[in-house]
Amino acid sequence: MDAVEVSGLSKAYDGVEAVRGIDFAIGAGEVFGLLGPNGAGKTTTVEILVGYRRRDAGQVRVLGRDPAQADSGWRARIGVVPQSGELFPNLTVREHLDLFAGYYDDPRPPSEVLTLVGLDDKADAKTRTLSGGQKRRLDLGVALVGNPELIFLDEPTTGFDPGARRAAWETIRALRSLGKTILLTTHYIEEAHRLADRVAVLRQGEIVASGTPAELIAEAPASVIRYRRNGEEVVIQTEEPTRVLHDLTGQALRDGFDLDALEVHRPTLEDIYLALTEERTE
Amino acid sequence: MRLFAHQFRAEQKLFWRSRELAFFTFLLPIVFYLMLASAYGDDIIEGVSGYEFLLAGMIGYGAAATTFAGLALLLVIRRESGVLKRLRATPLPGGTYIAAVLVSIIVIFLLEAAILIALARVAFDVPIPESMPSLAILLLLGAGSFAALGIGLTALIRSAEGSSAVVNALYLPVAFVSGAFFSEETFPRVLQVIGDLLPLSHLIRLSRDVIAFNEPLWDHLGNVAVVAAWGLVGLVVALRGFRWEPRER
Repeated sequence: MDAVEVSGLSKAYDGVEAVRGIDFAIGAGEVFGLLGPNGAGKTTTVEILVGYRRRDAGQVRVLGRDPAQADSGWRARIGVVPQSGELFPNLTVREHLDLFAGYYDDPRPPSEVLTLVGLDDKADAKTRTLSGGQKRRLDLGVALVGNPELIFLDEPTTGFDPGARRAAWETIRALRSLGKTILLTTHYIEEAHRLADRVAVLRQGEIVASGTPAELIAEAPASVIRYRRNGEEVVIQTEEPTRVLHDLTGQALRDGFDLDALEVHRPTLEDIYLALTEERTE
Repeated sequence: MRLFAHQFRAEQKLFWRSRELAFFTFLLPIVFYLMLASAYGDDIIEGVSGYEFLLAGMIGYGAAATTFAGLALLLVIRRESGVLKRLRATPLPGGTYIAAVLVSIIVIFLLEAAILIALARVAFDVPIPESMPSLAILLLLGAGSFAALGIGLTALIRSAEGSSAVVNALYLPVAFVSGAFFSEETFPRVLQVIGDLLPLSHLIRLSRDVIAFNEPLWDHLGNVAVVAAWGLVGLVVALRGFRWEPRER
């Protein structure tokens, strides 16, 4: 049985449709990336799956249960890292983990969680003294201390510097190797690419593409040619890179201009993502 | 029960760690008592000594400051910072959480009242009230009604930024017109009428009856009814309007 099954899920706020009939499933032990720009409906989807919000239509099963009718036993099996929100400024890191561990019958020992999220040296620091990245790691620790099977990470690395982001990725990979099922939302393509087994791209409340990162790339045009002309970047997507390049370089030599920063590459997930999410605004 | 005890201990730690909250809700009534009693404790006010009059007033003021203002502020701040929402994703049942928060703040008020009574006895020779059952019911009635009103108030406060202004603008004038600091008899008629409609004046009269006149609580069922009725109003608003989620941004 899949850990998460969603079909025809819809939700509107005051008549504005935030999620318009989406379908997806997440297998046990899988890392699933929900990718999309701000306002695409990622957080609304997560909040319905964890039981914070009611859906307007559709079927939702999370660990075999409807989240809208979930009980304490079900909540003990999920962990949630919300996109925003604070903890208690006057409690230390360790006190937070002890507090949340007390809500579960079979918690993971807080000392283990401290190490897992890399806060050993901050264990006795008050939360108000932590940096943004350290607070985010505590958010993750609080979600992990109940030893959940299924973890929801809503934009876990937004606002991180590159070093902190890489450290967070290592933690998420460690969770995956422990057999956890993970739903990750992000607007960073690279993050989805590196962490997720499968990705769904959300735009304006609809899934516009889904599959493994490799499948998404395979659907795209064969090559991307980029160069700069008069200070502006030119991007050409083509199935015939040889012919296009020949024409381009021929024209440049003939007319005597340079193709600055010329490169030819296989499309990255970012190229595909930008194509998918920008289509409608043209 | 294990979860309740766990959360109760956490609530006690959180309250005493929050210096501002502990000062304004717990310590301030004690400080006011010492200040006002040293200023006019020797006067006779409404037939009792100033020390006794002020002890009754500060117990009522303490109920409003701790179980009404303190509880409302604590819950609004936790709601708007997303803590309440996060707790909803854990197995801790919502009812157990609210019960632990309530019992914790009521215990803090009972401790405050005990300190006030002991202070009055030691510093100003005010006798300890004779009827302990009356005193206990009085304190629980006040704490319960004002806590219900405090939770109800959270439904009417929309943001953490404005919460402390709203709460202070409510309970400080109410404490004033209810005769917590000065006798209502010196007030203009209109303030007396407003005071009579509010629960705090009735709670203060009851504590004066129990503390200064040693009368049993059940001789004043009219005052008890007014305090309890306000508590019920708070309970209804709380049950209908309490939210776990911060306001949408």
